[in-house]
Formats: sequence, C-alpha cells, structure tokens
Amino acid sequence: MALIETPPGQDLTDALVERVLAAANAGTPLRIVGGDTKRFYGRPVAGETLALAGHHGVVRYDPAELVITARGGTLLADVEALLARHGQRLPFEPPSFGSLATLGGTVAAGLAGPARVARGPVRDCVLGARLLTGDGRVLKFGGEVMKNVAGYDVSRLLAGSLGILGVLLDVSLKVLPVARGARTLRRHIAAQGAIDLLGAAAQRGLPLTGSFWSTGELYLRLEGSPSGLDELVPTIGGDPLDDSAAASLWQSVREQTHAYFTAAHPLGRLSLPATTAGAALVRADRIAFEWNGAQAWVTGVERETIDLITRAAGGHATLFRRDDAEDRVTGDVFAPLPTPLLDLHRAVKRVFDPAGILNPGRMYADL
Amino acid sequence: MAIDAGLLRELGSVLGPGLLSTPAACVAYECDALTAHRHPPDLVALPTSVEQVQQIVRICRRHSVPVVARGSGTGLSGGALPVAGGLLLVLSRLDEILEVDPRRGLARVQPGVTNLAVSEAAAPFGMYYAPDPSSQVACSVGGNVAENSGGVHCLKYGLTVHNVLAVKLVTMEGELLTLGSETGEAPGLNLLGAVIGSEGLLGFVVEVTVRLLPLPRRVELLLAAFDDVGRCAEAVGQVIAAGIIPAGLEMMDAPAIKAAEAFARCGYPLDAQALLLCEVDGLPADVDDDLGRARTLLEAAGATSVRVARDAGERQRMWSGRKSAFPAVGRLAPDYYCMDGTIPRRHLADVLAQIAALSTTYRLDVANVFHAGDGNLHPLILFDAGKDGELERAERFGADILEACVAAGGTVTGEHGVGVEKLGPMCSQFGAAELATFHALKLAFDPAGLLNPGKAVPTLARCADYGALRVHGGRLPHSHLPRF
Ligand SMILES: Cc1cc2nc3c(=O)[nH]c(=O)nc-3n(C[C@H](O)[C@H](O)[C@H](O)COP(=O)(O)OP(=O)(O)OC[C@H]3O[C@@H](n4cnc5c(N)ncnc54)[C@H](O)[C@@H]3O)c2cc1C
Ligand SMILES: Cc1cc2nc3c(=O)[nH]c(=O)nc-3n(C[C@H](O)[C@H](O)[C@H](O)COP(=O)(O)OP(=O)(O)OC[C@H]3O[C@@H](n4cnc5c(N)ncnc54)[C@H](O)[C@@H]3O)c2cc1C
Repeated sequence: MALIETPPGQDLTDALVERVLAAANAGTPLRIVGGDTKRFYGRPVAGETLALAGHHGVVRYDPAELVITARGGTLLADVEALLARHGQRLPFEPPSFGSLATLGGTVAAGLAGPARVARGPVRDCVLGARLLTGDGRVLKFGGEVMKNVAGYDVSRLLAGSLGILGVLLDVSLKVLPVARGARTLRRHIAAQGAIDLLGAAAQRGLPLTGSFWSTGELYLRLEGSPSGLDELVPTIGGDPLDDSAAASLWQSVREQTHAYFTAAHPLGRLSLPATTAGAALVRADRIAFEWNGAQAWVTGVERETIDLITRAAGGHATLFRRDDAEDRVTGDVFAPLPTPLLDLHRAVKRVFDPAGILNPGRMYADL
Repeated sequence: MAIDAGLLRELGSVLGPGLLSTPAACVAYECDALTAHRHPPDLVALPTSVEQVQQIVRICRRHSVPVVARGSGTGLSGGALPVAGGLLLVLSRLDEILEVDPRRGLARVQPGVTNLAVSEAAAPFGMYYAPDPSSQVACSVGGNVAENSGGVHCLKYGLTVHNVLAVKLVTMEGELLTLGSETGEAPGLNLLGAVIGSEGLLGFVVEVTVRLLPLPRRVELLLAAFDDVGRCAEAVGQVIAAGIIPAGLEMMDAPAIKAAEAFARCGYPLDAQALLLCEVDGLPADVDDDLGRARTLLEAAGATSVRVARDAGERQRMWSGRKSAFPAVGRLAPDYYCMDGTIPRRHLADVLAQIAALSTTYRLDVANVFHAGDGNLHPLILFDAGKDGELERAERFGADILEACVAAGGTVTGEHGVGVEKLGPMCSQFGAAELATFHALKLAFDPAGLLNPGKAVPTLARCADYGALRVHGGRLPHSHLPRF
C-alpha cells in the first residue's frame, strides 16, 4: 500500500502555455488533439493542431487511495494497463478505439462504455484537473480526495467539454477495484421485452453492469463474487457466454466494432428515459441499445426523424458519426440548447477562453 | 435599514403574508447552524411557487437587492447567513414531492422537501435516496444540492452530485433553466456539475430530480475496536486496498466513543482508543464474502475485538452512536466547533496525530468522529464561548487543522461548504488565478453579483489580509498580491 513507481513521462506544460499564449495573441484557433481517435465526434474544427501526445506520464498512483493522476496526453491504454496490474480499473469503461486514445481526450469527450449503467458517467469520476485556459493561465481545481466542496467544481465541468474551455494538463480520476467475477447471458427477446426485463432487474437491485440489445438478442453482464453469481445466474435465465466470448462481445460494443456498428452511417445516438425507449425504438428500423435502454443507436436515419423520435420520448439526440464525405457539414451534431442556456454557455466559455481560440465550434457553432 | 417602500409594495403584491419585514418576524432567520455568525435579515420571502420565486428575483434584480437562499438552515458554514440590505429567500414552503417513479428509478421534488422525506416516499417501492447526511430529518434537498452534501454511505454510493440527475434553476436574471436531464445525459457543458456544491451563489434551485436506488438485499455491520488511533487509521486504507468498498467506513476516537456511549447506550467498547464501523451491503453472497475478508483483515491489522451486529436492531443501535455523535459530544462542553477537511487516506494517522498535538498547544479538547473511508475528517473542538478568548482559540485551532489538511494534499471542506466560515483557509488552498476564475464564473451566472454575495469564495483583498496573519516557514502566502 504505497505510491506506485511509474516512468516520469514528459511534462510539456511550459511549451503548451507558450503555444496557447501566442495563438491567443494572434487570434489563431487551435484544434486540441490527443490521439485524434475522435475526429469524427462533434463538429469539425478549423485550426492549427495543438498536439498533446508528448505531454504524458502518470503523476501519482496509490491504489489504496482509489485515485490516479496522469497528464492529458497519457495513453488511455497505458493507464488501463497500469490499473489492471493492481486489480483496478476506470469505472466508466471508456471506449478507446485503436491504441492512441489519450486520457485527456477521453475526459474531454466524456464518453463512457457499457459499465456506465452501473458505475456512472465520466464526470462522476473526475476529482481534479490542471487546466490550461485559452488565455494561457494554468489553473488547478479539485484534487485527489473523494470529497471536496471548496470552490466551484470546475473539474467536473470539464468532463465532456470537448476541449472548448481549456487543455487538460493533468486529470485525477477515481478508480475502482475490478469485480471478482463476471457473467454474461444471452437471450432472444424483442426490444420492448428486453427493456421491461432490464427495468425489472435494475429495480430488484441485480448487479447489472452492462446490457446490449440488437437484432432480437439481448446480452446482460452481471458482476460480483463468484459464489453470488452462481446463485444468481440461474434465476435470470439465458445462455451463459464463456469468459473469452463475453470479453470480446463487450469489447466490440464498447469500441463499436460489433457488426451492428459497421453498417451504414450516419450513426445517431439517442439518450432516452429508459421506460420510453421501447415505444421510441419501434419507429426505427435499425436500432441497438445499451444502458438498459437509456442509450440507443440508430443507423441510416435522417436527422429529422431522429429528432422526432427523441422529442416524443423526452430525450435528446446526437449525430454521433457521419460519413467521411460529410466531414465538412457545419450543422449541429448535438441537440440545440434553449436560448438562455446557450447564452450561459457563451458566458462560461468567455471565462475560460476569452479569445475563443480553443476548439471553436466543436460543440456548437459559436462556442 | 430603511426599506424602500416601492420594493416592499412590489414584493408584498407577489407574496402577501409570505413576506416578513418586521424585526420580530425576521429574527428567527438570523443564522444557520453556524450560530457564531448572526445577522437578522431585513426581509424574508417565503414563496410557495416557482413563479413567485421568479417574480421576487426579478424585483430584487431591478432594485439591486442582494438575495440569499435558505433551505432548512442546517448549514454548518454560514452559507444561509443573511447579508446586510438583502432579502432572504426561504424555499422551505416549496415542499412537494412531485413524482416518485420506481420504474424510471427517480423522484422529482421541490427544493424544500427534506432529505429523509425522499427516502420515505421511495420506501414503499423498496427504494431509497442514497446521500444521508446526519441532518437528514431536517435538511432540504435544495440545501443538499447547494452544499453537495454527503453522508455515511457516500464511500460506495457517492455524494449529492452522483445522485442528482437534473435541477431546475432560477437565475438571478429571473430565467428558469433546466440543467441535466432524467436520462443522466444532457447536451452541452456539464453546468449541473458546477451548480452542485455552489453554495447558492449561481442560482436558486427550484426543482430536483434525484436517482433512487433499490434497498440493498442484505446489510451487515461490523465494529472493530483498536487500542491505538494510528493502527485504526492504517486499517482503513488496508480495507480499501483489499478491494472491498464498504457502504460506510466510519471512525471514532476515545472521546467520541465515550460521549456517544453515554448519550446513546449503543454498546461501544469504552476501553478502546478508536473504533471502526464498517458496513457492507449488496447481494447476500457478496456481503458474506466481504464481511469475512474484512474481519480477517481488521484482525490482522491489530483490532483488539471485531464484532458483527447480530440483527437489524443491534445494527441500528451501533449506528445510533455514530449518528448522534455531534449532539453527544456537544454535552461535553458548552460549545463545539466542527471542522470538515478531507485528506488522502494514507495521511490519516499522521494528520490525527497533528490534531492531537494542536489540542495540547491550544489547550482545547477535541473529539474525532468521521467518514474515514473518504478521508473526510470531522474534528469537534470543544470550548466555552463564555470564557475569554476561547472562541478565538478554537477558531485558530480549526484553521490550523485545515492548513494541515491542505499541506497533506487535501481540502478545507469535504461536505460542509465554505460559507463565511472558511473564506480564510480558501486562500491557502487556491491561488489568486483560481479564485479570480471562481469570481468570473459566478458573474457568468449572476452578472450583477447579487446572489449570496461575499460567501464561498474570498476576495483577493481578504486573502492578502489572511496571508499577512499566517506566515508559514517564514514565507507569506500570496506575497505577490498587493496589500489593501
Ligand atoms: C461507442 C463509441 C465508439 C467509438 N468508436 C470510435 C471509432 O470508431 N473511432 C474513433 O476514432 N473513435 C471512437 N470513439 C472515441 C474514442 O476512441 C475515445 O473516446 C478516445 O478515448 C478519445 O481520445 P483521444 O485522445 O483520441 O481524443 P481526441 O480525438 O484527440 O480528442 C477528443 C476531444 O477531446 C479534446 N481533447 C483531446 N485532448 C485534450 C486535452 N488534453 N485537453 C482538452 N481537450 C482535449 C479534443 O480537442 C477533442 O475535442 C468511440 C467512442 C465511443 C463512445
Ligand atoms: C447536526 C448536523 C449534522 C450534519 N451532518 C451532515 C452530514 O452528515 N453531511 C453533510 O454533508 N452535511 C451535514 N450537515 C450540514 C447541513 O445539514 C447540510 O449542508 C445541508 O445540506 C444543508 O441543507 P439546508 O436545507 O439546511 O440548507 P441551508 O443551511 O438552509 O443552506 C445551505 C446553503 O445552501 C443554499 N441553499 C439552500 N437552499 C437552496 C436552494 N434551493 N437553491 C440554492 N441555494 C440554496 C444557502 O444559500 C446556503 O448557502 C449537518 C448539519 C447539522 C446541523
């Protein structure tokens, strides 16, 4: 029980500050890039590349504290491997397509994988951050402790901010022990039936840590002690997958390499109240869903139809992935904000990036 | 203060009898639970609808009258302390539970609903609201959001911020915004995250959607006694390092044990120097497993005795000592002062030793009863405000404890907030650039600066004064700041 020795990595804070200051003075927009694995996500940014990959390394990791602090450019794969060696993991199971995804990009994108249904979104795990603002200030918010209400919680505000408020120099994240056992079950069941079943299971307090439904098949993942799972699994019903098949299934869902995702674009992401999902989903032909119905995917459907579906269901939609040819499209990819809320976003953006040079337009046109 | 007649008329036409303006009526609201600070409000508004809140706020905005929100007034840092010339907006009459839906796993409530009432409303469906501050019978959900309150179960189930899906917020401009959504995801920036814990400085919370959890199927509570505080503190880290996440992991030292036992007759070992309460919950097999491992581990860590509560009755009794520890300790001295720093768990033993040493220096007793699993300390400093200089000594003792927390890489407040109380220590934790950013962020929400002014974030001028008072190793903090 002590701090773990890790390679020193490389701290490029000074150089990054200089680049940002120069850009702010010249009014040059910057496109912050970790591994650029997520270029497709959000709106396109025209700007000079501000590369974070060289700014890497784990700053502090003590497994008994359940916290890891690492520089923004640290490879997500390196962080996950280090945690795994100590029986721990990032709670939100982030997607990490390819090997170049970085920790800063992961937090800035704010995307979580299947386990989000049980262990919460990225923002829940952000404990602290060191931020480089658009006018070259280096600010430290939060810290490495579990409970902290000193000052506004700016570090959680940065989760999912897509780099529009600043460059994440370091992030401190809460980590959790890996469960001692996991089982995956498969069942043939229609969408609405699957949603009812998952809702009932969640209400019973079953340790559901992943659910994925597509083309009439539902996969459920349960985690806990091996003896507990042995008791539980027969009461749920379904065909158990062996460990390696289960691991590759969840990997393919998390990374979107599952057959469902390789079909036609555009890919829409629907965020729905789980109970309305069933009704919403029958209107779309090609759907898949996760998180007990709270996150659904639709392919090959026009933006207008998606908006209709989500509005009726009380959720919202994201144009998650477009065809490459559409890369120049400048329309919204995230659901529009009501005017007073958009005004507040503008005011908050000015606090951190008064010159508007960091990832301009990545989230909304004039942010 | 002479109150503007036009203002009174406008407010009166919105609120009717829900407007208090006589000193006799207003004095009841002069402080929150940090009673050392008092200031009777000039005006108190008790709205019963969201529309009224918006109207009041717009009137105050037009007249440039500062507004302070108040829930139940159980805050421990003076957050709801009225400000001179201002209006106190009491939200306790917005107390309706709007919806409880076990299928969607959520409840939608008005801000004045008490924390416990949410769990009570969910109980018939086998569900509950996880954050459980010791003040839960009284404190409001709006106040919980403003303070990001925690409880004895947040090690496993999180703080308010982890259990709130959405809030409706009235800004000081009178706009009604929805932040977050019931799906737990909303487009745009995570402004909900910034509002939770903002101590009523960014907006008025007028509706809260919280996540409900199914009641755990099995709960077990284990009590481990130690003859040494340091060993007990070390055991905390060992439990977590073993991969066990207890639902709660609370520690008490000898003065707190004795006080709690005298108060609640909860069966604590009076000869122990420290004890740990370790609760595990979940599916029966998982609980048995964790309990067995925790027991072995605590014995190996030097516990002199380890006992598991036999049944729900004994479990409740064992918890009652912990939950009533504040009033119990309160009987040991005329006054007590509760601190709230958080530190990395690995420094627990060390910081507890520093607190003991400070207790000798300041000649004031201290009892420790705290959220050990989260590293969240609650030293209770005992003093007598009637004795000359004791309050000042207690405050200096408290500030030194917070300095020790910051030096250990921690924070000056884990869950009670800064309010007016920890403005000084905030200067140690944050630099001028961060504080300036906090002020700017507030102005993004509240351009006129009328909402709960002067709380939670110190001005740079104040920090310059504070720095002048506290010299560390010959070095003045913020020595680059101009002195005012
Ligand atoms: C279901 C799912 C499927 C996915 N599938 C794919 C896929 O098929 N292909 C793919 O390429 N990706 C995919 N991703 C996303 C991606 O793999 C990860 O989210 C990745 O971890 C992002 O990290 P990155 O370093 O590559 O980010 P980048 O793409 O470099 O950056 C992401 C965003 O964060 C900002 N940013 C990066 N670093 C910082 C920093 N230090 N500070 C502030 N802002 C920063 C960027 O400007 C950008 O706005 C998928 C994600 C999900 C949820
Ligand atoms: C005996 C005792 C035990 C306690 N135990 C705990 C504990 O275990 N854990 C813990 O975290 N806290 C604890 N507290 C502290 C306190 O109960 C919490 O901070 C609580 O959340 C405050 O709620 P309240 O409704 O009383 O808020 P108030 O005291 O009325 O207000 C607190 C702050 O919130 C703001 N506010 C209130 N309502 C709103 C609203 N609707 N919109 C915007 N701002 C608002 C106020 O302006 C003020 O800044 C304890 C207090 C006492 C007295």
